[in-house]
Amino acid sequence: MSTSHVLLGLLAAGPRHGYELKRAHDERLPCARPLAFGQVYATLARLCRDGLVATAGQTREGGPDRTSYALTDDGRATLDHWLGTVEPPMPYVASTLFAKVAVALLVADVNQARAYLIAQRRAHTQRLRELTALKTAPAARIDEVVAADFAIAHLDADLRWLHTTLDRVTDWHREVRS
Amino acid sequence: MTFLQARGVVRAYGHTPALRGVTLDVSEGEIVAVTGPSGCGKSTLLHCLAGILRPDAGQVTWRGERIDTWSEAARSRLRRTEFGVLLQFGQLVAELTAAENVALPLLLAGTGRRAARTAALAWLDRLGVADVADARPGEMSGGQQQRCALSRALVTEPRVIFADEPTGALDTLAGEQVLTQLVRLAREQNTTVVLVTHEPRIAAYADREVSLRDGMIDHTGLGLDPALPGGSR
Ligand SMILES: Nc1ncnc2c1ncn2[C@@H]1O[C@H](COP(=O)(O)OP(=O)(O)O)[C@@H](O)[C@H]1O
Ligand SMILES: [Mg+2]
Repeated sequence: MSTSHVLLGLLAAGPRHGYELKRAHDERLPCARPLAFGQVYATLARLCRDGLVATAGQTREGGPDRTSYALTDDGRATLDHWLGTVEPPMPYVASTLFAKVAVALLVADVNQARAYLIAQRRAHTQRLRELTALKTAPAARIDEVVAADFAIAHLDADLRWLHTTLDRVTDWHREVRS
Repeated sequence: MTFLQARGVVRAYGHTPALRGVTLDVSEGEIVAVTGPSGCGKSTLLHCLAGILRPDAGQVTWRGERIDTWSEAARSRLRRTEFGVLLQFGQLVAELTAAENVALPLLLAGTGRRAARTAALAWLDRLGVADVADARPGEMSGGQQQRCALSRALVTEPRVIFADEPTGALDTLAGEQVLTQLVRLAREQNTTVVLVTHEPRIAAYADREVSLRDGMIDHTGLGLDPALPGGSR
């Protein structure tokens, strides 16, 4: 996930300070891992160094001084380029699930691989139910629904894979060990 | 007292066994998904629980009373009052408008025309399809038809909704809208739902999932091959 591009996007509407950026991030991307302050400031420092963002004065509202940051022309161009670029659709199969089953077949027997697949399926099903409850709650906001939809679609795809792999694991094991 | 229960339910179609001894307890207000591969007996179980089909053996009880031994007339009355049924293809009456379809169960139960129409319109409005109240099913989208069918299932304020693959014929978004409305209304009114589906994504709308396999409850909940370690038999 490209935190720097998200921060550039959040600055597109006007200058903001670090705390506001963190809040806006967590609000616009619900269910994402909340951004740590340290990460906000480290990212801003890198963006400043690269000329994509510039400091835009200090504000003080009762509390301590806060530095505001603004998007530069270069920053805007970088943001537009990112938004206009299609993401490569899964160029590698990089999944811990997949790797774990492959390794289990190397170091353990087929039953252990099956046991893992079954336990993983149970955990996925549970999470699917939690996210579905979240999005069907009467108070759910549309951005929460959209975020939950994303996770649900991926969990659903994983579940289909877990299902077919359970059916294939015996053949797969035979081939690995032959 | 159990709310709704199947005990040792057996049912065959000729020589084809569909249920081979199913025991299932459903509590009041619970949303239960019945899942499993095609042909495992999900629809047959739903029909037995709803009093549409009679088991060959075993019992179905509703609030402690055996309903499988009731006459067709008595079971049919139960289905008009306490139970609501929602199937894959809404099964609306093609000649009637949406509002007339939704009003139908109330008219059958003896409600006056005007009151039935008012109630029907209120449900169509709640489900966001008031604009097609005077359209016939042929003039509506699949999602609109299914929301009408859901209105019709809810209009008698049943205690249990039986839904058999209710979104099977809908695109993803229309299906989600129907399910979200079903689940929200059920929770709001403490209505029990038995939801039959073969899709994990749909089953996730329920509080609990019961898996069937070859006409039996799969207690591992995993559809395991019983011949393998950890299998159900
Ligand atoms: N009307 C029928 N006549 C004959 N066989 C049927 C009929 N309905 C269902 N069956 C058979 O009973 C079994 C269970 O069917 P069903 O309850 O419809 O399963 P599911 O809903 O899980 O797909 C299947 O083998 C099916 O072919
Ligand atoms: Mg069926």
